[in-house]
Amino acid sequence: MSEKKYFTRMGDGSIVYMTAEEIWEDMRAGMDDAVDRGKIPPLSEEELQKIFDIVTMPGGVVGVNPIDAVVTTSDSGSDKIPTKCGIPISRDTTAMIHERVLGCDSVDIGNPDYNYKTAKGIAKREAGILKLALDKTTLPLYYGAMPNLGFYTKPDGPVDNWAELLPQGKIKEALAAQEEAVEHSVNDILFVAKQTYEVGADAIELDTSGAAGDADFLAALKACEKITQKYPEMPVIIGMAGEFVLGMHGKLEYDGQRLAGLYPHKQVKLAEKAGASIFGAVVNTNCSETFPWNIARVCTFMKATVEASNIPVHADVGMGVCAIPMCENVPADVVTRADKCLIEICRLDGL
Amino acid sequence: MGGVRTTGDMVMRLQLSKKMRIDEAKRYVADKLGLTLEEICDVVTMSEVREERGFGLGHQEPCTESTMGMEAKFRIAEALDIRINSVERFKEHAGIK
Repeated sequence: MSEKKYFTRMGDGSIVYMTAEEIWEDMRAGMDDAVDRGKIPPLSEEELQKIFDIVTMPGGVVGVNPIDAVVTTSDSGSDKIPTKCGIPISRDTTAMIHERVLGCDSVDIGNPDYNYKTAKGIAKREAGILKLALDKTTLPLYYGAMPNLGFYTKPDGPVDNWAELLPQGKIKEALAAQEEAVEHSVNDILFVAKQTYEVGADAIELDTSGAAGDADFLAALKACEKITQKYPEMPVIIGMAGEFVLGMHGKLEYDGQRLAGLYPHKQVKLAEKAGASIFGAVVNTNCSETFPWNIARVCTFMKATVEASNIPVHADVGMGVCAIPMCENVPADVVTRADKCLIEICRLDGL
Repeated sequence: MGGVRTTGDMVMRLQLSKKMRIDEAKRYVADKLGLTLEEICDVVTMSEVREERGFGLGHQEPCTESTMGMEAKFRIAEALDIRINSVERFKEHAGIK
């Protein structure tokens, strides 16, 4: 009789069947990769056993005990139904759908062009939509967008494009361009924060921070610091772009800490210093590896991040991150298993 | 947690405004409402509590006289002893502050 094989998936979502031995081998390899890259402690044998049990658990979906449920945040949440699904309804209506149909714990209002450079030019109008939604909803409602530093480069933006300058050997110019873009970005975020705060936003979200590298993350940290100083009652949510801050600049620091190369357990400490209320941690999904490999790696990073943090940590469990496969229609079997692992093993504060 | 089906919206408010971790935020909400942790995570219990105390529901029919939206947030702010920005703005704009 052949050895029993369990249904699971690859990081791209495709189906794969694995023996218990293969699953254990992949879990250990994924964990070791996180330990090596993050210089963080490994999971215990009990925690790995728990992951194995969840990965091989029968059923299409799995769950946690109701008392262990955690809260949810979103990015471009109110825009998913019109933009992703093509259902032509307004964002204030989708906020009500998130509250009363989907049972979400919070949701953000964001522009389809989800970045602060765009939002700045229409900030009053964005705040108007937010105000409409705030009047009609009970759940926490905040404004969200990305710092997205790349949008500040010529020809669309005011500064030279560092991605073009670097290959030309114009290192000083490339560094200066990024530093200038940080200041533009912080100013835009502050402008939008003011408009949304004044109509009653419950928070502001700086989503996908670090997408353009260390300067992008610096913009989010500086903006967070200024928002919380200027509007102490305006909570800030910082969500990350990836597990590792790319050193596009390489020398930028915040509070004496170099930003390039930071993993989530160190990113969260800076978000905390900047005054953030919630940190959205990211661990990348490797499409070429299996779900057991990815989820063991994610739990290793996330456990270290939750332990290092003094503020709530929400794992970013969308497509292509935190062991969720890189595919448009994410499978509930793997999503619910990832959520259960993160809540029960990492003691996460939210998703 | 299920948002307004349970107390997910309230727990979330404590994470945002007071930076509370999940267990602390749940305990805070449970204590303020005089309920157990199990009750604040239970949809049946909380539907009744939310309707009685006017905290807002996920359904309007057959509770058309229940509070929802801004009116519910007034009551949540008071029950949890927290500041809700939109409530404060509403008071200013309505001239009741």
